[in-house]
Amino acid sequence: MAATNRRVLPGFRLGLGFTLVYLFVLVLVPLTACLVKAGSLPWDQFRDAVWTDRTRSAYVLTFRAAFGAAVISSVVGAIIAWVLVRYEFPLKRLFDSLIDVPFALPTAVAGLVFSNLYSSAGWMGRILAVFGIDISYTEAAVWQVMVFVGFPFVVRTVQPILESLDVEVENAAALLGATRLQTVRRVIFPALFPGLVTGFAMAFARALGEYGSVIFVSSNLPGKSEIAAVLVVNRLEEFQYAEATAVATVLLGASFAMLFAINRLERWSRRWDQ
Amino acid sequence: MELIPDQQDLQPSNPTPNGPDKSFIPHSAFRTPHSGDPAWVRWLMSGITVGFLGVMVLVPVAAVFAEAFRNGLGAYWHNLTADPDTRHAVYLTLIVAPTSVALNVVFGLAAAWTIARFRFPGKPLLSALIDLPFSISPVVVGLMFVLLFGAKGYFGPWLRDHGFQILYTVPALILATTFVTLPFVAKELIPVMEAVGPDEELAALSLGANGRQIFWRITLANVKWGLLYGILLCNARAMGEFGAVYVVGGRIGGQTNTMPLEIETLFQGFNTPAAFALASVLTMLAGVTLALKSWVETKVLPMEPPSAVAESLAG
Repeated sequence: MAATNRRVLPGFRLGLGFTLVYLFVLVLVPLTACLVKAGSLPWDQFRDAVWTDRTRSAYVLTFRAAFGAAVISSVVGAIIAWVLVRYEFPLKRLFDSLIDVPFALPTAVAGLVFSNLYSSAGWMGRILAVFGIDISYTEAAVWQVMVFVGFPFVVRTVQPILESLDVEVENAAALLGATRLQTVRRVIFPALFPGLVTGFAMAFARALGEYGSVIFVSSNLPGKSEIAAVLVVNRLEEFQYAEATAVATVLLGASFAMLFAINRLERWSRRWDQ
Repeated sequence: MELIPDQQDLQPSNPTPNGPDKSFIPHSAFRTPHSGDPAWVRWLMSGITVGFLGVMVLVPVAAVFAEAFRNGLGAYWHNLTADPDTRHAVYLTLIVAPTSVALNVVFGLAAAWTIARFRFPGKPLLSALIDLPFSISPVVVGLMFVLLFGAKGYFGPWLRDHGFQILYTVPALILATTFVTLPFVAKELIPVMEAVGPDEELAALSLGANGRQIFWRITLANVKWGLLYGILLCNARAMGEFGAVYVVGGRIGGQTNTMPLEIETLFQGFNTPAAFALASVLTMLAGVTLALKSWVETKVLPMEPPSAVAESLAG
């Protein structure tokens, strides 16, 4: 690492000072305010706020949808990464650039258009109606937008690993008598696994906090189809600050746990690198 | 710890049930150069990819424009320009997003210079702190600012007594957007600055250049493509930010509604054509962002492949 010249180059104190002040004012003070507010609640009140029928149903729905969407994102994301790295087909570059669209497209636009597409008059809604399926304002619609915001994370973490994976190793496995299935299971999958788990965790974390697209496609009924992020906003609009903060703390705890898990996983996946 | 890798390395060469004794040159070696997948697997996986991306990405993008232009160009233009609230939303986004990006560019340069050029205790902690906003739900970010600046918040009453109102005003939108987009520029700049290394800066220093000259002529020149890349990602997110500004802005049409918030207001008011007209503008801006991004990637790539993880965090 080149970062050894501690006192030779100028600007260390200025740079560090500015960085710390900026982070303190913008991140640490608001974060502390949230935690202090949550901590100032009497335990009974905190427990009552985070553990009602309405909040429980919001947690269950949020975690189920975010987890399910992250699983779908991981499977489809791995397939897409494999196809983009290993196969040649027309318009491949176009399809590769489509992966980034969910990163660049505002979530409100995604929510608006998916809500419209799957309505009974929409393009997709009319096709699904032929099969007697209507997903508009159902939990399936929530899963669907969560997959939309999540799958690019998986593709973009798995893709570089696949690119660096030497095809020779697979040939060697085949030469040693492994069937294709064995090669996939014993050679390719173990190499992909850390990236896949990281991508999964990122997609899961993103889906947990997703708000913009969900409010468009969900009916947002308290106790039924209200996800945790929507619950926080609704509680705020009812001026129930304490309850909003309590639920937000649960969400914060979940996302910090995810951040910690991603961090550990990345370290774990690099454990053989020297 | 030292022994574990060796054990792992040995495992693949252990005889397996279908091991080397089967035949010396198996049928499955030396297939297509790219993969040994049978044709049906290739077709299936390609079909899933094209079908999924088509339904999930291409169809929605096409639908945005189909809905926006459903009643013709005249109606589209009317939807975009006739409503003063819509015009104000465009104006507000053009104020809030660039301000947040500018703040985070200054921060990103300071943080990258500090982290990539110096060794100091607590560096991993600082890096983790910069990453933190990525993992906090935007709605929770909004709540934090409500707790600070709300009427019953920690600073709200004091600020009100001194004639300041932050919540439900433009400064609150800027604060919330800046929080949510904080890591983008720094996360792109740190690896680029580390890859460039300090040699040129040290040479300039030894030749008598001062800090300002080093920064403008060497550091900035060396990282300019990485910086542009970070600005693009930061700006895309800043213009599309929804949850955090939804909470701190109070959604006052013509006052604190940015473009994404105005889309939601129009949608709730059953003015779907106008919502789609506004959405089409944001979609076009997303397209411009992606086009510029792939152009910048051709500039950055020879020097430093953009880190996939940092890029994918750009959500």
